[in-house]
Parts: sequence; C-alpha cells; structure tokens
Amino acid sequence: MTDTDKSDTLIPDEGLAAASTAVPGAGAMEELATPPRSQWRDVWDQFKTHKGAMVGAILFLFIVAGVYLGPYLWSIDPTQIDIRSRNQGPSWAHPFGTDQLGRDILARMMSGGQTSVSVGITAMLLALFLGSFIGVLAGFFKRLDGPLMRLTDLFLALPLLPLLLVMMLLFREPLSAAFGLERGIFILIVCAIGITSWMPTARIVRGDVLAIKEREFVLAARSIGTSNSQIITRHILPNVLSPIMVSATLGIATAIITESALSFLGLGFPPDFPTWGRLLFDGVDYLQQYPERVFWPGLAISLTVLSVNYLGDGLRDALDPRIRGR
Amino acid sequence: MLNFTIRRLVLAVPTLLFISLVIFLLLELAPGDPMAQVPLTVPPEVKEKMREALGLGQPMHIRFWKWIVQFFWIEPQVLIDHMFGTTFSEGDLRVISWQTRSPVMDIVVQRIPQTLWVVGTAYVVAILIALPIGIYSAYRQYSWFDQMGTFVSMVGFSVPPFFSGVLVIVIFSVQLGWFPSIYDTTHVVNSWDSFVVQLKQMIMPVMVLALQITAQLSRFMRASMLDNLNQDYVRTARAKGLSEYTVVMVHVLRNSMIPVVTVIALGIPAIFGGAIITEQVFKVNGIGQLLIGAIQANDLPMVQTLTFIFAVLIVLFNLIADVLYGILDPRIRYD
Repeated sequence: MTDTDKSDTLIPDEGLAAASTAVPGAGAMEELATPPRSQWRDVWDQFKTHKGAMVGAILFLFIVAGVYLGPYLWSIDPTQIDIRSRNQGPSWAHPFGTDQLGRDILARMMSGGQTSVSVGITAMLLALFLGSFIGVLAGFFKRLDGPLMRLTDLFLALPLLPLLLVMMLLFREPLSAAFGLERGIFILIVCAIGITSWMPTARIVRGDVLAIKEREFVLAARSIGTSNSQIITRHILPNVLSPIMVSATLGIATAIITESALSFLGLGFPPDFPTWGRLLFDGVDYLQQYPERVFWPGLAISLTVLSVNYLGDGLRDALDPRIRGR
Repeated sequence: MLNFTIRRLVLAVPTLLFISLVIFLLLELAPGDPMAQVPLTVPPEVKEKMREALGLGQPMHIRFWKWIVQFFWIEPQVLIDHMFGTTFSEGDLRVISWQTRSPVMDIVVQRIPQTLWVVGTAYVVAILIALPIGIYSAYRQYSWFDQMGTFVSMVGFSVPPFFSGVLVIVIFSVQLGWFPSIYDTTHVVNSWDSFVVQLKQMIMPVMVLALQITAQLSRFMRASMLDNLNQDYVRTARAKGLSEYTVVMVHVLRNSMIPVVTVIALGIPAIFGGAIITEQVFKVNGIGQLLIGAIQANDLPMVQTLTFIFAVLIVLFNLIADVLYGILDPRIRYD
C-alpha cells in the first residue's frame, strides 16, 4: 500500500492528522473473496504485528499481575517493622533488601504498586468519562459546542501542576477526615488528576463526533425516529471508541506519573502508605548509601509507563482502519 | 492578521480574569490559618488586628478586587519606577508575602533568573538535539536510526524527571563524582575556571529537562517531515534536478518547521511547570522551588501570584503560537 503509515506520531495533533489523506482500499477486491471477518479480529491481527505493543501489553499485564497477585506469594506484611534487620542488602529473605525500619522492600513495592496502578486506572477512567461526555455533548449539540469548547480551552490554560499541588494542600485535611486517611487521599488524588486531564480526550472525541454526525447512517437513524440519546449511545459512541481507547492508555501513563510526582514532592500519600512515588521520595534521603532504594521504584514507574505507552502506540495503529489491512 | 491578533489579545483578558478567579476561589477554601504560628500567649484581639493587617478582614470580592488592582496596576508601576527611576507607585500597597513580609514580586524577580537559565538552556539544547534527530529519522524511515530514535523518545516520555534526575545524580555525582548534585545559584562566573564550574553544575539539570523535551520534539519533527516528504512539490523539486540536500533541507524542512515552531512555542510554559520537579531534585532555587516552599508554608499571596504567573505564561504562549502559525503559513490567515 502507499504511505498511510505516517500518522504514527505520539503527539495527538489535529493539524497533521487532517493533512494525511485517506487512501481508498486497493485490497478491496481480494477482501471480497475471503469470508467476512469481524472488526476486532482485524484489530487483533494488526496489533499482533506491532512487536513493541505486544511486549508492552505483556509487560503491563505482568506488572499488574505481579502487583495484585504478588502479595499472595510473598506474604510479608509491607508495614511490619523489624528494626534489627534494617538497611539490609539483597538476600533470599529480602530479595530487594530492607529499608531503614527493616520493612521488606519487595513487599512495599508490591503494595505501592497496587496504589499507583489503581490510582492510574481510576483517574484515567474518570478523565475518560468526563472527556468523552463533554466531547460528545460538544460535538453532537451545536448549541453546547461553543461554551464547552471555551471551557476546555480555559482548563487547558490552567497551570496544572501548581494547581494540583494547591488542591492537594487544601483538601487533604477535610477529605481524610471524611473518608479516613488513606481513602480520603485516594479520592482526592484520583479526582484531582481526573479533573485536570480530561481536556485532550474531549477535544479528540468532539472532532470525531463532528465528523460522524454528518454521516448517512446517523441520518438514517434519525429519519426512522431514533431519539438523540439512542443515536449517541448506539451509533456515535461505538464509532468514537478507538480514539477513546488510545487516550485511555495514555491517560494511565500520565496519571501514574502525576501521582508519583505529587508523592515525590511530598504532597501525595502519607509516608506509612507507600506508593512508587513515595518510595522513591523516601529513598532519596539514603541516596548515597543505598542507591538501589531509589532505583527499584523508579524502574517500576518507568517500565509501567513505557509499557503503557507502547501499548497505546500499537493500539493506535491497530484501530486506525487506514493502516489496518496493509 | 493584525485584526486576529487584537481579537485574541482581547479574548485573553477574560480568560486570565477567569483563571485568577479560579485560583483565588481555590485558595479561599484553604483551611490553613496564617496566624497558626503566632504564639498562644498573644491575645485574640491582637491576633484579630494582625489578621486585618494582612488584609484578611474584608469580604471576598473586595480582596479579589484589591489583589487584581495590586497585580495589574501597582506592580507594573513598580516595574516602571524601577526601570526609569520614576515615583508612580510611591505609597501604594503591594502584594505582600506572608512568609517574608516583603513584596511577592521582589522575591519572584530574584528567583526568575535561575529558572530561566536552567529552563532556557535546556530548551535550546533540546531543540538543537531534537530537530536533526527528527529530520534524519523521517528521511530514513524505519531504518535502525529511526527505530532507535523511536525507542529513545519512548524512554524519554516514560522516565519521569524525578527518576531520571535522581538516577543521574547517583551515577554522575555519587559514583563518578564528575558533577555536583546541588546547583549553587550564588556562584559568580568571572573567570574561565568559574565558567567551567557553572557549566558542570548546569549539565545534569539541563540534560534531565532536555531529555523530555527532545523526546516530544523529535517525534513531532519526524511526523511533520513525513507529512511533507511525500507531497507533490517535493517530487517537483526532485524532478527539477535539485540536489537532495536542497530538497530536504530547504524545501521540505521549511514547510515542516511550521507546525514544529508552534509546538516549540506551546511547550515553553509547560516546561516551566515541569521544571518545578527538576528544580526540586537539583535544589535550584528558582520559581518552582519558591512555589513548593510557599505551598508548604501556607503563604497564600505567594502561591496565588506564582500560579497566576504560570497561567499568564500559558495564555501568552498560546497566543504567540497561534499568531506565529498564521504568519508562517500563508494558507492560514484567520481572516
């Protein structure tokens, strides 16, 4: 086929994407001879050819499994203090060593990973919900388009990291009082990240909805009297699923990084409630003596984000019908 | 074009007002009491007087209005006074920090050069690295160089600055001892030796910041080059018998730079935000560290002003990017 593979950029950009042209399927003739295949089968076949994405997907599944199922195999309590065996190097009893209070670092990494990954996924879901909701509303209803997009622009103009820090500072006490320390801060971090990261999704979804709304099948649905809400849920949403899925993967990555950054700046989870970012932050104090304490959490964050990014890259290629079927 | 610029400038005013209102309202909800550190022996009526002296006694809208007047009217006057030796702002109240009881802007002005040095150098370094990488990996698409570039930029995206920063500290200052781990801002460059010291202490923070920017920019440059390389005018240029260098470096590059330049402009405010973490890692006492310190000390005027400065940067560079796009690309003239 021709050069449709040029859109594998990492930066979502309307200007460039609009410039690349759709190529009419030259392979349509051969396609007719073979029995029809489901769309998801095609997506999967395309996804499998992207080696980086496969490695990323396997690695991500491995990390998630290790973090959630690992504690069943490695049953040391992450909060158990054993002051006599503190600051130990790697051994069979403690593969990653112990920290300054004698807590097992492998167990802490697992429990920290649970928090980090759950924050990442929950915050992504919230941002995705907000983004798709606003994007669909803005794209579908012409009257809402202007105000909602101005709102999106306003949110994009907010300085996010400083605002996140301010939000963490302000709402930490009331929320921990209302829901308990850990759950309160979990809710706070998830909401803060979700509220400040829905804008790219909203823009992409709006663009796609605007295009799909003018297609014949929507007109057909409308002409048989389908209500707006049904058109949106039955006809529009399934068709904007692929950009939503791609921004979901990128959303997990940014949410994990943001949470770790907050923890690293000392404004995330409390010290006795480890996350990867918090473990990294605590490790910095012992940088000279025990550099591995910084290394493991940092590696975990980087690997997770890297695998999710590759996953998203492959997903973008697989879900793009112009590339698929090459 | 001028029309468009003016319209955008006018639109920026309500945007900025809205953002300042959001920041103000957020801080209004702050549970922290600025009087918390005053000893308990101080009687409550005196405390009340002290609160009023900080400007806390009045209703919300009056304080918001006062802050706007101080920030947009008095502070520029102070700047003019400082530059031309006039006395416009004499006797006017300025935004006062609760930590130091001195004007916020004075402290910000002290801190900005450090941030600008580190961030600015990092940005320039990143652009100088990213553009050639992007150009070459687009020209040789799917070569090993391109694959390497893809991988490195993926890593650059994925490794957060608080990890890469700490990692380079472990490697280059703890293990190898080449560079200092702390950025000394009081260092004065007045000879070759002191210049070398300055260079050494700047290498690590600049590299950490530049890695991330390079990752983004080189991918963008590559995508933009790929979009142009297959266009008809490139075939025409080749058919005319122009050398390959002229085709790529003059015809294609100039057209591909249009979106890249706007992305470069758009990225400037973002890295001020990203520099908060890098400053924290390398102990650079720039505005990022000032913000963190102010947040921890509950110094609301300082937090408000700094956050707003970040917002102004974002709005300003969005505007610059839009205008630049119109100037550089004759197909887009917004009229």
